[in-house]
Amino acid sequence: MNLPLFRVQDDPGPDFSQLLQRSGFASTHSAGAVAPEEYRHGTTCVAIRYAEGVLMAGDRRATSGNLISQRTMEKVFPADRHSGVAIAGAAGPAIEMVKLFQLQLEHYEKVEGTALSLDGKANQLSQMVRSNLPMAMQGMAVVPLFAGFDLTRGEGRLYDFDITGGRYEEADHASTGSGSLHAGTVIKLGYTDDMTADQVIDLALEGLFEAADEDSATGGPDLIRGIYPVVAAITAAGYERIGNDDLAARTQALIERRRGSRSR
Amino acid sequence: MNMPFYVAPEQVMKDRADYARKGIARGRSLVAFRFDHGIAICAENTSSTLRKVSEIYDRIAFAGVGKYNEFDQLRIAGVRHADMKGYAFSREDVDARSLANQYAQSLGQIFTHEMKPMEVEILVAEIGRAPDGSDDQLFHILYDGTVVDEDMSVVLGGETDTIGDRLGTFDAAPSLSEGLQRAVGALAGPDRTLEPASLEVAILERGEQRRTFQRLTDPQIAQLIAG
Repeated sequence: MNLPLFRVQDDPGPDFSQLLQRSGFASTHSAGAVAPEEYRHGTTCVAIRYAEGVLMAGDRRATSGNLISQRTMEKVFPADRHSGVAIAGAAGPAIEMVKLFQLQLEHYEKVEGTALSLDGKANQLSQMVRSNLPMAMQGMAVVPLFAGFDLTRGEGRLYDFDITGGRYEEADHASTGSGSLHAGTVIKLGYTDDMTADQVIDLALEGLFEAADEDSATGGPDLIRGIYPVVAAITAAGYERIGNDDLAARTQALIERRRGSRSR
Repeated sequence: MNMPFYVAPEQVMKDRADYARKGIARGRSLVAFRFDHGIAICAENTSSTLRKVSEIYDRIAFAGVGKYNEFDQLRIAGVRHADMKGYAFSREDVDARSLANQYAQSLGQIFTHEMKPMEVEILVAEIGRAPDGSDDQLFHILYDGTVVDEDMSVVLGGETDTIGDRLGTFDAAPSLSEGLQRAVGALAGPDRTLEPASLEVAILERGEQRRTFQRLTDPQIAQLIAG
């Protein structure tokens, strides 16, 4: 691999995907649909805004058709210091998209000397989702959530997407994936404007718990193996993942509450 | 028919080297040294936006002196090289040695084949994984593609001999504060003092975080110099 020096008129600027194309790394798409059991699928993720920032959470299950192919998959990732991305859809392209997105943000920051604005980051992700449209038409759609702490505004913001790359900023909460209807409803009903970080974590866990209860492709908390959702808080201090012990205790409390009201 | 005058190759090389050296000597110098928790790079730079020291990758930093547009072009090429290598292989596979060799190849090529050599001297610094810093590396690359693997400290720019004499040699890695005091003293010389506002200091510090590059703010620099 030699030193990528470009003539001024060919320079790709701070755009990492452009650089990859110029350097012959372009990805190729195959024609024809792929059956769902041929590749892994990831499912439910949620994002909730609160006073100090944004919380993101995702279940851990990946499925291939009707089989569970992974129990410990991670679907919530840090995009950079102050933002995170959660994915639902075909796992392969989704994880590649996240990898490229993380690199894109870091590459821009290093080349330009300043980080992109939160809107700029969301726009970048939008373009990546759009470029995946041919794959989406073959069944391998990737629908992410993007959330971050906007350092200029001093508040958390979140965005959801559709497969065409459409980007929609949400005021309070958003969810994506096959269990998003159930998780979203729980969060919608439980959400209030003055939630603390504690309450938001519990609400996200409850949303994913209900989604797992109703949707076969969403994994619930696995008490035997000690597998809990990935939950991350993004505040002015940056992206921080919530520890497994904390999540275990909260899940236990959630189950106790459920036992108390057997009606559901 | 006009015959070009014969010029001895020695003369051509000497002229080019003189030209490059003159360009480099016009700018201000910088000092890099190993300290007990990593590598520090301290440059004299009155601008707070046009940087001489920057991040290349998780454990690699870049510094340049001489003509700004030329070393900035090299810096960006280095970031691209590192990011593409990390994308194609793995983050662990990105190393300073191969980057330094790439820089040397390009600079050597430009020195012998282009109209004008690059008026730059650059540094590629990397902190290794050994906790005692035994595999930290400082690669000093000259305008003609010469690579020097430095041990404890290095001076880049004009007047390297005088600044190097003032800096002295480090027997063991000093603390950041002690090293910085010596580096600033060496850059300033006996007749003047350098304020934090006219210094650009960045460090690669061993720790838990993935990206080890960190810029020091003026108050942080002032505190370290004060001891």
